Amino acid sequence: MSSALLSVENAVVDLPTPRGNLRAVDHVDLAVGAGRTLGIVGESGCGKTMLSRAVLQLLPKKAKLSGRVMFDGQDLTTLSAEKLRKLRGRSLAVVFQDPMTSLNPVLTIGTQLIETIQEHLELDLAEARQRSIELLAAVGIPAPEQRLAQYPHQLSGGMRQRVAIAVALSCEPKLLIADEPTTALDVTIQAQILDLLAREQQRRHMAMIIITHDLGVVAGRTDEVAVMYAGRVVERAPTPALFKQMRMPYTEALLAALPKLDVAPHTPLPAISGRPPDPTRPLKGCSFSPRCRYSAGRCASEKPQLCSAETPEHLYACFHPIAARVGA
Amino acid sequence: MMLQAAPNPLMKVENLVVEYSVGGKTIHAVSDVSLEIARGETLGLVGESGCGKSTLGRAVLQLRQAVSGKVLFDGHDLTTLKGEALRQMRRRVQLIFQDPIASLNPRRRIGDIVAEPLVIAGVKDPDERRRRVAEVLSAVGLDPTLVSGRLPHEFSGGQCQRICIARSLVLNPEFVICDEPVSALDVSIRAQILNLLEEMKARYGLTLLFIAHDLAVVKAVSDRVAVMYLGRLCEVGPSEQLFARPAHPYTALLIEAIPVPDPDVRPTQSVPVGEPPSPIAPPSGCRFRTRCPRADARCASEVPELRLVATGQFAACHHPLI
Ligand SMILES: Nc1ncnc2c1ncn2[C@@H]1O[C@H](COP(=O)(O)OP(=O)(O)OP(=O)(O)O)[C@@H](O)[C@H]1O
Ligand code: SF4
Ligand code: SF4
Ligand SMILES: [Mg+2]
Repeated sequence: MSSALLSVENAVVDLPTPRGNLRAVDHVDLAVGAGRTLGIVGESGCGKTMLSRAVLQLLPKKAKLSGRVMFDGQDLTTLSAEKLRKLRGRSLAVVFQDPMTSLNPVLTIGTQLIETIQEHLELDLAEARQRSIELLAAVGIPAPEQRLAQYPHQLSGGMRQRVAIAVALSCEPKLLIADEPTTALDVTIQAQILDLLAREQQRRHMAMIIITHDLGVVAGRTDEVAVMYAGRVVERAPTPALFKQMRMPYTEALLAALPKLDVAPHTPLPAISGRPPDPTRPLKGCSFSPRCRYSAGRCASEKPQLCSAETPEHLYACFHPIAARVGA
Repeated sequence: MMLQAAPNPLMKVENLVVEYSVGGKTIHAVSDVSLEIARGETLGLVGESGCGKSTLGRAVLQLRQAVSGKVLFDGHDLTTLKGEALRQMRRRVQLIFQDPIASLNPRRRIGDIVAEPLVIAGVKDPDERRRRVAEVLSAVGLDPTLVSGRLPHEFSGGQCQRICIARSLVLNPEFVICDEPVSALDVSIRAQILNLLEEMKARYGLTLLFIAHDLAVVKAVSDRVAVMYLGRLCEVGPSEQLFARPAHPYTALLIEAIPVPDPDVRPTQSVPVGEPPSPIAPPSGCRFRTRCPRADARCASEVPELRLVATGQFAACHHPLI
């Protein structure tokens, strides 16, 4: 996709650890078009957060990134720190799992919003203040004017996440990266925050990446999904196509292992045996092979590459993809 | 109260009140909760963060003193037992925590960690202890000869939870409180542990109180489910029935809020229901009224009592959905 707003090309992130090199992201290609929503799904340690850090150019100091991160026509890996800082506040915004990562505990909500707005947009104090009030109202904060004088710790977790979203939206970004934005929140609050993100995304025609471990979160709210396992994207498809026909056994197993409300109590869950491989001890073959019930032949000795099935948009990395087995 | 689960419940909680005092203010963590759990049953307890689930579990175990109310285990009121009598009763009731790694002493070997309850209970014979430890470790799917000599940090979260489960079983308890046992685990590991808990329950004839905030997880293992909100019980009923036909508006809201892994099920636009109020100054009358679409004047003045709404299903609401 050459017209993509963001394209990650052949990204590799290596982290030195006492146990040896840890390859957190292993040859990942991704693209997000303007105004589109991509969900990145995976379990803890699969590399999804490192990948988003690579896009934001916010990797830990000792991490080594190779590959390209093309955003809005520029390769972010070659930009100066100053240019990156400008870009991150302006057209590339982020919301973290813990809102306190992006909020300053010693500044009032108002100061943080107004400063961010004034740093990036040409608005005077009164205008920036007005804009802040509008933003807080837009993210569902009651009595927004009074909130300007409050500190983050005076708000509940859900309210803080709303403020963090307001800060992220304040400069009308082209791309918003939301890394587990609702994982720390209760379900009723989670639904409200996800709705809020979806609404603002559509209203602003903003592109969005939602990173989550929950297939349920991406199902109804993304255009495309990428599933990660052991640092790699193992399946990628338009959301409806993915849920209609999962081809990579890990994706299928992940969905099957999820407890579901329409299943009778005490039904044994189809669990995935074992656990993900040690990221400092990469496997020669398919990373999922020790846990995969379809593993056979070259699975243990050769790495499957992402390839397409009947449609070019549906990619999977597997030697024995699911439909092929059923049909043949 | 007509909350009869069975003629002879193993655990019966009556009008339990638990409070914390913080900076001169009172937190109403558990307010007048009554529950029964039949022998061999799993009762699921759900509710959002801070609603008092863990406090209820800890008060049942006498790890937290109740302000008032009774906890009847097999007919004995644990709140009045002391010394040796309480210790004897406690052997029969065990607890599994949410954070498996933090609940294991990092400096002790797995064999010693699992044997600890036996030591405390006064099992003197080391061979007997070793035999029991080996038995429960095998039962939870770990090889005793491989793991006994190792330290907790050598194990993953899922394995640590297996170790915690083994430790909770070593005294042959009858009743186990599982407080968010899978919340800290990844999806692929979570299913393994839920299946293991079900196996252990069958194998050792356990009765479980299963606490979680995830409704689908709770439903997977529970015969009946109790829903809590801000220190009070909203609804109790058989799992399938409660999820198919919730009577309490809060139960309905919880069910609706769960993200469904199916793109054809478009998420219904959530009702802008705001956030739970503070347990320091809970709303008068029905505590859910500040977020309830059906609230009226009566809800503000009168505390709704749990009433029968369908066979075995009770709801505390003036205007139930069924
Ligand atoms: N040791 C304590 N001291 C003071 N307040 C406490 C203490 N433990 C819990 N609380 C408060 O009591 C209320 C009930 O807390 P509890 O931990 O029982 O809730 P919970 O339902 O288990 O929540 P979670 O889902 O977050 O585990 C909350 O308002 C909490 O802040
Ligand atoms: S490549 Fe082989 S081991 Fe890997 S997911 Fe496919 S079938 Fe399973
Ligand atoms: S009692 Fe009133 S406020 Fe409470 S849940 Fe029922 S209708 Fe809503
Ligand atoms: Mg708790």
